[in-house]
Amino acid sequence: MSFFVETLVGGLLAGVMYSLVAIGFVLVFKASGVFNFAQGSMVLCAALTFVTLRDKNIDFWLAALMTLAIMVALAIAVERVVLRPLVNQPQITLFMATLGLSFVIEGISQLVMGASVHELDLGIVDTPITLGDVQVSQFDLVAAGTAGALVVALSIFFNWTRVGIALRAIADDPQAALSIGIRLQRLWQIVWGVAGFVSLVAGLLWGSRQGVQFALTLVVLKSLPVLIIGGFTSITGAIVGGLIVGAGDSLAEIYLGNLLGGSVSTWFAYALAVIFLLIRPAGLFGETPVERI
Amino acid sequence: MAEPILQLKDVCLSFRGIVALNALSFEVARGEICALIGPNGAGKSSLLNVINGVYRANSGDVIFNNQHFARIRPAHAAGLGIGRTFQHNALFRRLSVLDNVLAGLIRCSRTSLFEHAFGIGRDRRETREFRRRAEDVIAFLDLERHRESTVATLPYGVQKRVDLARALVGQPTLLLLDEPMAGMNQDEKHEMSRFIRETNRSFGATIVLIEHDMSVVMGLSHHVVVLDYGRKVGDGTPEEVRNNPDVITAYLGTVH
Repeated sequence: MSFFVETLVGGLLAGVMYSLVAIGFVLVFKASGVFNFAQGSMVLCAALTFVTLRDKNIDFWLAALMTLAIMVALAIAVERVVLRPLVNQPQITLFMATLGLSFVIEGISQLVMGASVHELDLGIVDTPITLGDVQVSQFDLVAAGTAGALVVALSIFFNWTRVGIALRAIADDPQAALSIGIRLQRLWQIVWGVAGFVSLVAGLLWGSRQGVQFALTLVVLKSLPVLIIGGFTSITGAIVGGLIVGAGDSLAEIYLGNLLGGSVSTWFAYALAVIFLLIRPAGLFGETPVERI
Repeated sequence: MAEPILQLKDVCLSFRGIVALNALSFEVARGEICALIGPNGAGKSSLLNVINGVYRANSGDVIFNNQHFARIRPAHAAGLGIGRTFQHNALFRRLSVLDNVLAGLIRCSRTSLFEHAFGIGRDRRETREFRRRAEDVIAFLDLERHRESTVATLPYGVQKRVDLARALVGQPTLLLLDEPMAGMNQDEKHEMSRFIRETNRSFGATIVLIEHDMSVVMGLSHHVVVLDYGRKVGDGTPEEVRNNPDVITAYLGTVH
């Protein structure tokens, strides 16, 4: 039993890390109805910038602050150069633009900061600690705690402030939002800036676990099933989806691995996502579009 | 006639050869209630859309508060003090009534994002102030019972009032109402007329509204403009319009 609990807890903690990346998608999707393919590149860009600054012996918090400033500048630039000229274009056009954007961000990041693998040490001791008869990775606990705090802060920000009302208003009816004077451009800058901040946190946590390298962009692929399960429009959905994927992955690996010949965790989440697409296409917390005709 | 707040001069609008507005000119005096009437497809909604910048006129002039604008965006129009409601309620259906009304105040915010995010500096006072203004409008339009309800769950007549509340809270100088009484029963229409009259009187807002119910229009408005096929066929007080033979053939004649 304790082995089952241990696997479950480990999976859930890993799942929080998926949620973190998924939240970045949800924010941009809510504000502009676009699946931001460049999210993974933003994670890489943030991690790479941070590591490069740290390698120059810059203080941890200063480096984090500078990286944040760069991510916010990136967000503003993206709104000006990419999104603004494409206002009112079909969503597929915007999606293609983010696809192109991802190559640009990846290319420039690696051009400026190099493509070699960097190690990132956040100074978290990774020794397992024992709770009752269950062993839990300390790093996972810290990561999950950070992600959890971020999620709470974002939920408060987007539920209780005027920016939050503006965001939900834009998602609900863009035309009406414009005619009551909500400034779409500014909101996009804010949302992309926050998505940049989330990318920074995700980049640091994932980077310190996997090393900062190009493969970080692939984290995006793992957050796709999270979004499909949780729903594209809900921060809560991103969290629950992440937990389901994380727990499902590790439980499946342990209990189905032997039956199916191993590496179940590489495909399990996607299979789960396909099942959700068949049964509940909007995801657990997503909104089913209802049109009055 | 009092000083005009809104002037339209030779405004033309067409969609791929379909003429929606044909050299349309009229004036709206400051502080009046002006009704636009005309058969379906006469260009009434298109006209409102031109005034608040959803559409851009092909030619002609729109002058609001002595400012010409050849091209204006809806958000900018709202900033100048042009509020509007929509024929098919364009409310934020998944938000509560209070949040819908608060959304109408977002453009009035003067605090920086930083102050707002951490609730410091000017933000506290502004949040209190906005809350008070929203509550005032909610009370004015008799929406207190529904304050926390999600808009999508409310009856149609109440939604129309929420739409008015959202436009009103930003204290517009010109309020465009697109069929504020469509789909209402007689009691609701009476109530809505009272609210519109009150809005005009106590907020001092100039109102341009589109309405089909003649008895409502004649009782409510100071000034009536009649459109047919994008042209103006009548313009004057309700009395004058009622007795205008062109109007009777174009519009009223078909009603009787």
